[in-house]
Amino acid sequence: MIIKSSSQVSRNHLFKRFPIPANFGMTKESKIGRGKSWPAPAGATRTKTFEIYRYEPDSGRGPHMDTFEVDLDDCGPMVLDALIWIKNKIDSTLTFRRSCREGVCGSCAMNMDGTNWLACTRFISDMESPARIYPLANMKIIKDLVPDQTHVFAQYAAIEPWLQSRTPTPERERLQSVEERGQIDGYYECILCFCCTSGCPSHWWNGNRFLGPAVLLQAWRWLTDSRDEAKEERLDKLEDPFRLYRCHTILNCTRTCPKGLNPGKAIAQIKKMMIERQS
Amino acid sequence: MAFNSPAERQRPLSPNMQIYRPQLTSALSIVNRLTGILLSIAAIGLVIWLVAGAAGPQAYAIVKAAIASWTGQVILFAFTFAFFLHLFGGIRHLVWDTVHGFELRTIYMSGWTVVAASVVMTVVAWVASFCLGR
Repeated sequence: MIIKSSSQVSRNHLFKRFPIPANFGMTKESKIGRGKSWPAPAGATRTKTFEIYRYEPDSGRGPHMDTFEVDLDDCGPMVLDALIWIKNKIDSTLTFRRSCREGVCGSCAMNMDGTNWLACTRFISDMESPARIYPLANMKIIKDLVPDQTHVFAQYAAIEPWLQSRTPTPERERLQSVEERGQIDGYYECILCFCCTSGCPSHWWNGNRFLGPAVLLQAWRWLTDSRDEAKEERLDKLEDPFRLYRCHTILNCTRTCPKGLNPGKAIAQIKKMMIERQS
Repeated sequence: MAFNSPAERQRPLSPNMQIYRPQLTSALSIVNRLTGILLSIAAIGLVIWLVAGAAGPQAYAIVKAAIASWTGQVILFAFTFAFFLHLFGGIRHLVWDTVHGFELRTIYMSGWTVVAASVVMTVVAWVASFCLGR
């Protein structure tokens, strides 16, 4: 099957997940058990089953999957609507981040049916039965669907994502031609939801040292900005077997980006720029 | 860094490869690695074949019989397929290194092309070897 845009939900697949045991290689505190099954609401005619990852740090209990029946006639069309419906109608302790509900803020990024996307822009009708919802993959979990993003934001800070210039501050704005401005199209739109970084196998294995696709896309956004004057320093910092070169062009990042951006291409451009400055 | 405080170390890590949906992107990446490992083993086999040839007719006859056996042929077939997958996968990576073919549609087209070309070339190689061998 040819995927033309990241918003396309794949329907043909040999495996729903890689053929390995469910809790394969997971530490004791990360192993996922079976949780509670809530009954379908009385009087509901059209329902959808949701299996949702739960973790309550104060309970002393490990993560587990709870099962909910959502009344589709009483609920909005998006997965985020279903989560809010569950929180309002069934279990008020269900915890998740959300804000804009229109794919702009990146708060409700989570793993739905095995791929990372924003809950507010994924239709319930596109979900399998049962619909499986996990937090973003490979993140330390604070509670339920809320991951601790301290580490990825520290990686973001490490690339110094701000304009750096040595020339004296001009009287007016630093001007760009239309072409120069066009260079950052497809990169400045990133909302830092970390769907791509969380879906990157290289970041799963080497996340402590590899910066990951989201942060490297941001690095390219500054490298390709005509107003920025710190290219050499930026490249020096990235020239490292792990920070940049742990990217093996798997391209799960480009497949999963909810904004349709291309982290894989951004990283390839950094690698090319790195080679070109040597010659 | 706060990330390493004892309280946070006990936090569960959300599942990654245990739940992430296999896609052409990740599947071909793993395949490229596995075929690379397989071909390293095949290289040892190639050396054994050459050394046997240099050692004399008796030794060569033993290796030849092993290759001609059922299992030998199946393993050789697997090696051929792995060779073409790794070769075409490698070419795909070389093209990517020039910053070409990164549109999602192209990524999928080139991916399936690698799979199809490997199947076709494996069959072609075997048919050719049978025809020429006779």
